[in-house]
Amino acid sequence: MSVMGAIINLNHPAHVVEWHFIQLSVANIVVIGLMIVVFVLAIVLPFPGAARRRGESS
Amino acid sequence: MSATPARPPSWTGRVREAAVDALPPEKLLPDTQPTYVASWIYVFGVASIASLVVIIASGCILALKGPAWWHYTGVGHFFNSIHLWAVELFFFVMVVHLWGKYWMAAWRGGRTRVWITGAVTFLVAIPCALTGYVSQQNFDAQWIATQAKDGLNSVGVGAFFNVTNFGQMYSYHVLLLPATVVALVVAHVLLVRRHGVVPPFALEDRAAASGAASTERDATLAIAEGPSAAADGPSS
Amino acid sequence: MSLLGRLRSHDDTKPWTGAYAPYDLVKELCIAIGVIALLAILLTVLFSSPDEKPSTIAQWSRQQPVNFVAAAARELDSTSPTATYGPPYNHNGEGQHIAFIYLQKWLGVSHPIDTANDFVIDPLRTIPNDPTLQSAIAQYLAAPEKTQKAWGEAYAKPLEEYETANEEKKTPPKTVALDPTTGAVTVQASGAGPVPTMMSSLLALAKSGGLDGSLLTSNQFFQTDYTKPLLFMADGGLLSERAEGQHLLGKQWGMMNETGSYPGQTWLWLYTLWYQVEPFKASSNADILVMLVMSALSLALICIPFIPGIRSIPRKIPIYRLIWKEHYRAQQGV
Repeated sequence: MSVMGAIINLNHPAHVVEWHFIQLSVANIVVIGLMIVVFVLAIVLPFPGAARRRGESS
Repeated sequence: MSATPARPPSWTGRVREAAVDALPPEKLLPDTQPTYVASWIYVFGVASIASLVVIIASGCILALKGPAWWHYTGVGHFFNSIHLWAVELFFFVMVVHLWGKYWMAAWRGGRTRVWITGAVTFLVAIPCALTGYVSQQNFDAQWIATQAKDGLNSVGVGAFFNVTNFGQMYSYHVLLLPATVVALVVAHVLLVRRHGVVPPFALEDRAAASGAASTERDATLAIAEGPSAAADGPSS
Repeated sequence: MSLLGRLRSHDDTKPWTGAYAPYDLVKELCIAIGVIALLAILLTVLFSSPDEKPSTIAQWSRQQPVNFVAAAARELDSTSPTATYGPPYNHNGEGQHIAFIYLQKWLGVSHPIDTANDFVIDPLRTIPNDPTLQSAIAQYLAAPEKTQKAWGEAYAKPLEEYETANEEKKTPPKTVALDPTTGAVTVQASGAGPVPTMMSSLLALAKSGGLDGSLLTSNQFFQTDYTKPLLFMADGGLLSERAEGQHLLGKQWGMMNETGSYPGQTWLWLYTLWYQVEPFKASSNADILVMLVMSALSLALICIPFIPGIRSIPRKIPIYRLIWKEHYRAQQGV
């Protein structure tokens, strides 16, 4: 079965990480990990427009 | 100069007046936000809406050509891929949005319904995705349908919602469930516009210093409440 | 304090009376749509999407002829998983329950399936110009139920022994012979009556693709309901064999997974987790139990604003200080 022009072919059996009774595919671990990273970055990184907000509040 | 019309209000008039009362234009589409709206976490709500737009747009293109198209043309497969990745992005940003809103306790200040509509949207999006997966007409669809039927049958839902019935599942996926998700998102956003973005927690020392006796708090809330801050539910 | 008092949170949130700053919501939405669309296109160009071709009964009967015949015999005998499922397919089982709550049974048989007729006899009847087969069918239908059962058991026994031997990687018994050239399955079973003839014909029909079509059509020309062919295939081994290779089995946390190495349905992590632990794992009522737990948790998610303790955690664990750091810094400055 052809994969239409994909640069990276993901059509092979998944690598799975097993820890105790937990079995997760690498792809899913990447997604969950990215969600946590993105959440942390979202609450930590400064949001643009601070000067404008300060100017209004004085 | 203009006198109030004497004739009884029509249904249309009453609907219009109620809508404009609840959401005057400057509240529906404000061009300012409180200065505390200053974090990247705030973009995940609009990112969820954006993902939904891309899902629906790509879904419309798939619907134009019918459910078999994407299996035998490159263009079809391209739009199917966009649809699938948009779904992955949708759940990704929606859950980050949920995490953010939980840690902000965004139900405060009469915003219980905002939380409820948001949570229900998430829960309705899951069967919406399921109906999509079983409508793929490939091996994944066969497997998911024959597995999911057991969970649904066990609670009697399978008696009227048959995941192995492609026609039914396709109808739910293309019309009924996306319409429900969109209706919920519209209600959610309108409620956010009505109540405003939840203010920050008062810092501990300030809250203690303000001498928050319950009667004084109730009095303060009563004064502060105006038509634009209608509280509802037990959390007000 | 009254119950209602306890449910009311001590919400000291006052409406904002502070400053506002320009914020372009429509522009933000347009940018968000652009960014998400670009991300989706980028992921598409990089990874595309999976599309494993569906299995057919024709493939199943060719790749696993003994498994097919064994499954078909169970359908005829009404001992297959579908035949004994109960509602919504038939009354041959009570379905799952919690205590006295039998939702599966109460909602009734809405999609009746009689596996012996629907999966075996009716398809066989469509085969033309085969008087031997038609007389075998007539003989089967004319026999009393006890005789039909005895024939079915006599036929199924060597097949079960064959399948068990294969699973345990032992030498299979000679009572079941698989012709490597024609793919025909011969079962030596005395006292099996007309069943061997019927099963051989069903296998041939399946290999020709006729059974796929026969199970799909019903009393109407246009059909979109794949319940019968899917249930028949699910009673066999091909779908689960493919699923195991793709890490889609329940015990492999398959509910969360996609075929290939694609990300799947990560949002189902909690739903599938319960199936991996007791008491759900070994329970014959696992599905309804998990549904109950997940319904309760979903309701709890919706009702977080009303749940004492849970609704107070964000105040106690001050992640909010990071989110509103600019606001608090500005307040300290004032």
